[in-house]
Amino acid sequence: MLDVSKIREDFPILSKKVYDGQPLIWLDSAATSQKPRSVIQSIVDYYEGFNANVHRGVHALSIESTAAFEDARQKVADFIGAESSECIIWTRNTTESINLVAHTWAQENIHAGDEILVTALEHHSNLVPWQKVARDKKATLRIIPLAKDQSLDLSEIDTLINPRTKLVAMVQKSNSIGTTNPVKELAAKARAVGAAVLVDGAQSVPHMPVDVADIDCDFLAFSGHKMLGPTGIGVLYVKHDILERMEPFLRGGDMVLEVSYEDASWNSLPWRFEAGTPNMAGAIGMGAAIDYLNGLGMENVRDHDIQLTKHALDSFKELEEELEIYGPKDPALRSGVVSFHHPDVHPHDLGTVLDRRGIAIRTGHHCTMPLVRSLGVPATARASFYLYNTNEEVDALLDGIKEALRYFGNGAGTAG
Amino acid sequence: MYDLQELYQEVVMDHNRSPRNFRKLGNANRSAEGFNPLCGDQITLYLEVDDDDKIKDIGFQAGGCAISKASASMMTDVVKGVSVKEAEHIFNNFRQMITQEDYDAEILGDAEILSGVSQYPARIKCAVLSWHTLKSALDGADTQRITTE
Repeated sequence: MLDVSKIREDFPILSKKVYDGQPLIWLDSAATSQKPRSVIQSIVDYYEGFNANVHRGVHALSIESTAAFEDARQKVADFIGAESSECIIWTRNTTESINLVAHTWAQENIHAGDEILVTALEHHSNLVPWQKVARDKKATLRIIPLAKDQSLDLSEIDTLINPRTKLVAMVQKSNSIGTTNPVKELAAKARAVGAAVLVDGAQSVPHMPVDVADIDCDFLAFSGHKMLGPTGIGVLYVKHDILERMEPFLRGGDMVLEVSYEDASWNSLPWRFEAGTPNMAGAIGMGAAIDYLNGLGMENVRDHDIQLTKHALDSFKELEEELEIYGPKDPALRSGVVSFHHPDVHPHDLGTVLDRRGIAIRTGHHCTMPLVRSLGVPATARASFYLYNTNEEVDALLDGIKEALRYFGNGAGTAG
Repeated sequence: MYDLQELYQEVVMDHNRSPRNFRKLGNANRSAEGFNPLCGDQITLYLEVDDDDKIKDIGFQAGGCAISKASASMMTDVVKGVSVKEAEHIFNNFRQMITQEDYDAEILGDAEILSGVSQYPARIKCAVLSWHTLKSALDGADTQRITTE
């Protein structure tokens, strides 16, 4: 159990008031999470105390910054159960991590006639790069479809995963509707036909225990800013024996061992994949975020998400006849996100009504255009939860929705 | 309910519930599509422009929020029957109103009521979508596809 009122004291922004004194209710953590004081302070400490480029200087500050930077890398490795910190590559975000795989590993390993398999739940970041790879390589992009409740329809999975499949790239937890996918089971099926496995962990790593050894995936991509860390820092985990054989992505400083005018040899892992000055402050901030999450325990973070989701689904039953809620109903198969649509009020109008009550939600397609289109609506409203949210905030959301329905609902139209 | 009433005034709600000129035009000779990928608003605009460059008839089909639908309805109402040149003048005035520049309220009809949208930066795109679609339809002789992104 999380002590949420104590946790909330660690997040300065949560005491902010918006408009005419409405307390901020942050239900948009799937877009970006808020940051605890310890993360903010770690960045201040870095800039005030030991700002220096890493891996370069002989001086005291560079030694200190390098140690902190590499210490953060080790924290990430431990957090996701990686075999070594050599498997952790710093990127800007999940999108860059996935693109890195598309620009390196995929170039060598996807050939004409091969198949790349994704799910119908993918964020654009785990769909658009594979569209390009498939087009360039004359490979085929295949999609695991959805069942009625927007979980994956696995009835044809043994046809979809076949000897032509070279990569299964799948989201572990849908940012759009919250479905949690059985990535471990799907990874095992991919393994059986010799396909590589990439997991988009942008929403799962911040919200539940994720262990790359347990899933047995080759790649795991995630971002710092959705897990209490700063923006501009992300991670790509690559299984060691694959990383050893991968060509560098960006070329330049720090990723080289020896350079002549004609040629260059590569630095050892993982620095081979980190050309140029990296985001030192970001990495250190992400390390502080992991410390914070470890202090709470990821099982507890997950359970809190599930409890809030359950409370939301139970409360929303009141509006069930009119309100369409997407995703599986079992909180064990979905959590952290409640995405919904009401025929009488467009999500954008709902978002504005809630906003004026201090409640921040996301409206639109959530970077999952094909998915939202398949739901048969132009957009959905999405509330997303994290470790600092409370049942009272979920209740305030419900009150706000009811107010919007009074305002926009059938036959209404005057200010309620 | 705070200051929401300024945004969602009765006139806006009325245009949203019963949009004017909400139909496909059989004999349109200009048309354009507008799309706001961020929120999924979309509009198809049909115009019949006669030989004297007058907008003889106008119609639209749209899916979107109350602001985008009401704005489209108001827009079609105010440009129906005017010359292409006059419609462009009205378009410019609407744009100036939304960007908080000087504008002539008299010629905007019901659409003047959307002046409050300028206080809602996140909603400006909803209000201007149909107007940019109109501009696109007037500029091009054939079907145009525009976006406010």
